[in-house]
Amino acid sequence: MTGSRRRARPLWLRSLGYWAFQYKRTWRSSVTSSFLEPLLFLTAMGIGLGSLVDRHVHHVAGVSYLAFVGPGLLASAAMQVGTSEATYPVMGAIKWIRTYFAMLATPLRVIDVLTGHLAWIVVRLSMVSGIFLGVLAAFGLVRSWEAVLALPAGVLTGLAFSAPIVAFAATQEKDAAFSIIYRFGVVPLFLFSGIFFPITLLPGWLQPVAWATPLYHGVALCRSLVLGGAPLGASVVHAAYLLALIAAGYALATVTYRRRLSV
Amino acid sequence: MPSAPHPAVAPGEPAPLVVARGLVKRFGEFLAVDGVDFEIRRGECFGFLGPNGAGKTSTMRMIACMSPVSGGTLRVLGMDPATDGPAIRSRLGLVPQEDSLDLELTVLDNLIVYARYFDIPRAVARERAMELLDFAQLTERARDRVEPLSGGMKRRLTIARALVSRPDLIILDEPTTGLDPQARHLLWDRLYRLKQEGVTQVVTTHYMEEAEQLCDRLVIMDHGRFAAEGSPRELIGRYSTREVVELRFATHDDQTEALSLAPMAQRIEALPDRLLLYSDEGDAILTEAHRRGYAPVSGLVRRSTLEDVFLRLTGRTLVD
Repeated sequence: MTGSRRRARPLWLRSLGYWAFQYKRTWRSSVTSSFLEPLLFLTAMGIGLGSLVDRHVHHVAGVSYLAFVGPGLLASAAMQVGTSEATYPVMGAIKWIRTYFAMLATPLRVIDVLTGHLAWIVVRLSMVSGIFLGVLAAFGLVRSWEAVLALPAGVLTGLAFSAPIVAFAATQEKDAAFSIIYRFGVVPLFLFSGIFFPITLLPGWLQPVAWATPLYHGVALCRSLVLGGAPLGASVVHAAYLLALIAAGYALATVTYRRRLSV
Repeated sequence: MPSAPHPAVAPGEPAPLVVARGLVKRFGEFLAVDGVDFEIRRGECFGFLGPNGAGKTSTMRMIACMSPVSGGTLRVLGMDPATDGPAIRSRLGLVPQEDSLDLELTVLDNLIVYARYFDIPRAVARERAMELLDFAQLTERARDRVEPLSGGMKRRLTIARALVSRPDLIILDEPTTGLDPQARHLLWDRLYRLKQEGVTQVVTTHYMEEAEQLCDRLVIMDHGRFAAEGSPRELIGRYSTREVVELRFATHDDQTEALSLAPMAQRIEALPDRLLLYSDEGDAILTEAHRRGYAPVSGLVRRSTLEDVFLRLTGRTLVD
């Protein structure tokens, strides 16, 4: 209706546009914490704890403890951002601010609302992974160009959480379940997915459990890419596992979003 | 104006913007809209009146292509909501019952963000936003966040937002619920101006005064069906008398005694606190009441309103 002859922007891109627009309100604190978090974690875990570990164990998986922990923490940062962006903002867009309903009164369809929001999460995950990678480089942990691939690996890791979680968040009436996701999901995964020690050190029965979690694959993928010499076969398996979770989550979300928003 | 329930489109007259035939909305077992037929013509203001839960909002949400039709047919701007949702919605403006403004963004940014959903270029969006803020008397608040605005300001902003795409049809779901009289009158004035400009409007309300002010034609909905339809004046003519006499008495016995006036009225209604006599000759009844010495504490003759029609058709029982 604008009278111009330019090509219309895809509908999902207009939904993404909203999320990018509203980010200008909080981008400073958001970007600052994206820098601070890796800085604090790498200093405490890598240099503090790491010097102790290296003195006694010499090396973990053939590298310094700092180099071992660093890329795993990238994957975990992606998990945390992927989770938080998929919980409260979705609840807000349905119940508190009702952004989704504002969008649905315009040409946007439910699928555009969903896809645009996930596309925004991809943008956020790219920022967080990119900044984290930069900090790893500043700590001298990036050894080859292959490490650049840790950015998409971080995005895949985060999205493997976001996609199923937005599908779940769209079914919720209250935000109570979100704190359960953190307490019984995010925190145990953070501790037991091979970030701080190889999962081979877990009791035998726990190892398959760790293997089934998305964070384990994200950590393994990011670590081998950052440290260099990532084995192709294993990397493909890790990426495929994460992609499968993303696809399943997205498919589920198309159903839960439609049920919630188009009644 | 034709008084037939479903006036046919005369030759040369533009096609109606909305046509519904046997329209149904079902939520599980519950029938919210039970097979209604209506047409909304270009340039008119069409009202849906009814008590809470009558099916007004469900009907509106189907017209707005936000809620799938459960049965019957619905055509909006000549298109099918099931397949042409985006194309239809690009020409509609919706003022929902519950605000969906972004409270953290500024007044101006709310309009710009919304315009961008319609793919309106940023510069055009800004220009239109400034015009609409003037229309909505919000220019001074353009740079303020939305959250601290009053209810009336938020409603005006929501209406401005619905107009940013220059819609052919604007849908207003209870636009003035919860507003004080000043805010309500200002809104009515703005809606009247829009109608003068030829914007077709669909309004739901449970304020009869609002319906009388705004609507050219309206339907009264109850339990998912239409109890009546026509212009406010037609409905009053059809379902009520020209005048209503209201008599209040000091005691219940006095009121009972006055029931003997009934033969003079076309209809009589005894409420706990007063007696209502519906008649075209109100003054005659009031004079007769005094002549017979019934001595009401207060007695007045007033014109029938849409509220009388509404209460007659939908009853006085409280709907929760």
